[in-house]
Amino acid sequence: MNITFEQPKIKESPNYLNIQYGWQSWLFTTDHKRIALLYLFSITAFFMIGGAFAVGMRLNLTSPHGLLFSPETYNKLFTMHGIIMIFFFLIPSIPAVLGNFLIPLMIGARDLAFPRINLLAGICIIGGVVAVAAVASGGVDTGWTFYAPFSTTYSNTHVIMTAVAVFVAGFSSILTGLNFIVTIHKMRAPGMTWFRLPLFVWSHYATSIIQVLGTPVVAITIVLLGLERLFHAGIFDPKLGGDPILFQHLFWFYSHPAVYIMILPGMGVISELITCFSHKAVFGYGFVAFSSVAIAILSFLVWGHHLFVSGQSMYAGMLFSLLSFMVAVPSAIKVFNWTATMYRGSISYDTPMLYAFGFIGLFTIGGLTGLFLATVAIDVLVTDTYFVLAHFHYTMVGGMVMAYLGGIHFWFPKITGRMYPEGWARFAALVVFVGFNLTFFPQFILGYLGMPRRYATYAPEFQSLNVLSSAGASILGVGYLIPMIYLAWAWNRGPRAPQNPWNAKGLEWEKSPSPPPTFNFDEMPVVTENAYNYGDESVHAAEARG
Amino acid sequence: MSLSTPRKRADKEDPLAESDVTLEALHPPELRHHFDTPEQQLESSLLGMWIFLLTEVMFFGGMFGGYTVYRNLYPDAFASTSQFMNVTLGGINTAVLICSSLTMAMAVHSAQLGKNKALILFLVLTLILGCVFLDIKFVEYHEKWVDHHIPGPNFQYADARYFHQAQILFFLYFAMTGLHALHMIVGAGLITTLIVMAARRRFSAQWYTPVEMIGLYWHFVDIIWIFLFPLLYLIGHTK
Repeated sequence: MNITFEQPKIKESPNYLNIQYGWQSWLFTTDHKRIALLYLFSITAFFMIGGAFAVGMRLNLTSPHGLLFSPETYNKLFTMHGIIMIFFFLIPSIPAVLGNFLIPLMIGARDLAFPRINLLAGICIIGGVVAVAAVASGGVDTGWTFYAPFSTTYSNTHVIMTAVAVFVAGFSSILTGLNFIVTIHKMRAPGMTWFRLPLFVWSHYATSIIQVLGTPVVAITIVLLGLERLFHAGIFDPKLGGDPILFQHLFWFYSHPAVYIMILPGMGVISELITCFSHKAVFGYGFVAFSSVAIAILSFLVWGHHLFVSGQSMYAGMLFSLLSFMVAVPSAIKVFNWTATMYRGSISYDTPMLYAFGFIGLFTIGGLTGLFLATVAIDVLVTDTYFVLAHFHYTMVGGMVMAYLGGIHFWFPKITGRMYPEGWARFAALVVFVGFNLTFFPQFILGYLGMPRRYATYAPEFQSLNVLSSAGASILGVGYLIPMIYLAWAWNRGPRAPQNPWNAKGLEWEKSPSPPPTFNFDEMPVVTENAYNYGDESVHAAEARG
Repeated sequence: MSLSTPRKRADKEDPLAESDVTLEALHPPELRHHFDTPEQQLESSLLGMWIFLLTEVMFFGGMFGGYTVYRNLYPDAFASTSQFMNVTLGGINTAVLICSSLTMAMAVHSAQLGKNKALILFLVLTLILGCVFLDIKFVEYHEKWVDHHIPGPNFQYADARYFHQAQILFFLYFAMTGLHALHMIVGAGLITTLIVMAARRRFSAQWYTPVEMIGLYWHFVDIIWIFLFPLLYLIGHTK
């Protein structure tokens, strides 16, 4: 023992993790990588809280009469599940964790443009603590959509407290988006032209546009909601001359684009994963890049498809239907280009790639059922049924959460300097995929058969499919727990990761050690080649074109 | 474009070498470690401010959208409320704000030229004009309070036909002017900070970014009022 004591420990080179210790060095850090980790831990906590509500709901739905909870409690369960998962997990997930960590590394900068604003945004996620406090003091039962006048006049739950939490989280989102846009415009390394940027950066640029333009509108909507609840002037109350549809318009003007905040960063991650594990440049770089921007622009023109049955005019409905179909075009371009990237690539089946496969399949199902819902006639039939529920869980959970997990695995060596156990990781990816489909595919059928969402009870003939869905949810829950355990283990005990374990392209792999030093690069990089230069002909052709 | 600004000092990034005299000469104290040049830092700050103002446009835009909807639903009721708006005070306030924009522009100009005394003078003038605006706004709010025009249980309106509609208008009036006043208060705080910084001789012709940024913010808040004044005060006076 004495011998080992006298031997000098293998000295880690100074990096962002070991340069300082103590809670202050984390809570008041302006290092984008440390702030990313602050986000990682907070949103993992929120994910578990939101997941616990989902477990409660699925348990309750194993019986047609409601197994455990009163309908009032059930209302609070689905409301808090939605609010926590959307505002405190999905919206910050990839942008605030992976985007924060990777964008400066990918473009060759030492930090984001505004490190202190980044810290402020990170602290704003404490808004989630207010939301959790609202839960602890009795919950809220308006649904995550806060529809008026129920939320302004009739609900007796903690609406204002929850609204404050969402407002604060909105600030976090706005500041993150602002920071990304300025960083991508002004902080790129020499030679890093717009068309050499990794597609991850393009998709975050598009996401940031939505965050910056959309989030303020939901912020003012929430302010008006809170004021109306305090003063009862009737601005959203039809009994007092107000217009409840106005609330829905304002709300969805943000909240529809927000679903693209929840998928575009995931698409960016998948673009990176597919090209790395196919060892081949992405097919049609320009198309994939501009499809992100196209999605961001179109996302602001389709919110009315949430109001097909709310009393908006028929002609507005037709227009919104048409525009909603148009969003499918750039989304499909991405799926086709990912598939074409894999064609004749030398594909390796590492865990991140498994998640990418899962993403492509599940997102395609989620996207295509979105076209069903964009069709006015079908939407009228299945509005507020489990069909809608299954559709957006296929895109949000099957899409974004898959991409998030894939991204976390892919960049885990860069973030922690350690490797995760590949066998366990592949097993968990499989469990997640099976559990997910078992949970949500039955819900398509349930919705098509007419089971409405947001009810604590249902007709007895729906029981078998509901039990199947709940069984799947338990598998899915296990699938999410396994990575938490082995990733926590690997962070401390996993084998040391080399700088570039995947032989991937990109500044973060090629120029920065694992884990990176505080200012990201030992020597500031100069970029001389296009992204994804894996040495195949397509890239050479692109370079020849200029 | 950052491309056109090559990293001249790529070998001088080490933060531990801050005591290095040559480094300090090359690296002005206001230049933060992650930027290469002061120009890059200034451009980033200004772009960030413009994007922030864009978010403010969307923030107020939600209320202007709501206003447009109700103005179209209840044009007569909205026109009838304008007789209870104090056009004189509103007009004076408009003039006060326009003057404050002028003094703010003069302040930025003085900062660019490095004239510290003029900078402080114009900032103080801007602050005074901002406080005059808030004072007059307070008088107006007090009038509304006396007349029971605050939305809520004590709301009263002379024309019974328009009771509910007028309440919505007054709700929007208080929400819009209230948020505008909140922005003015924040702006006044920021200008006070600038005055303190200027008194400590923090600004120079080489570095005056905060003055320029808060200047942009102040002009933006003024422009919001330029839209609020006709929409809320003058709608009934067109006949």
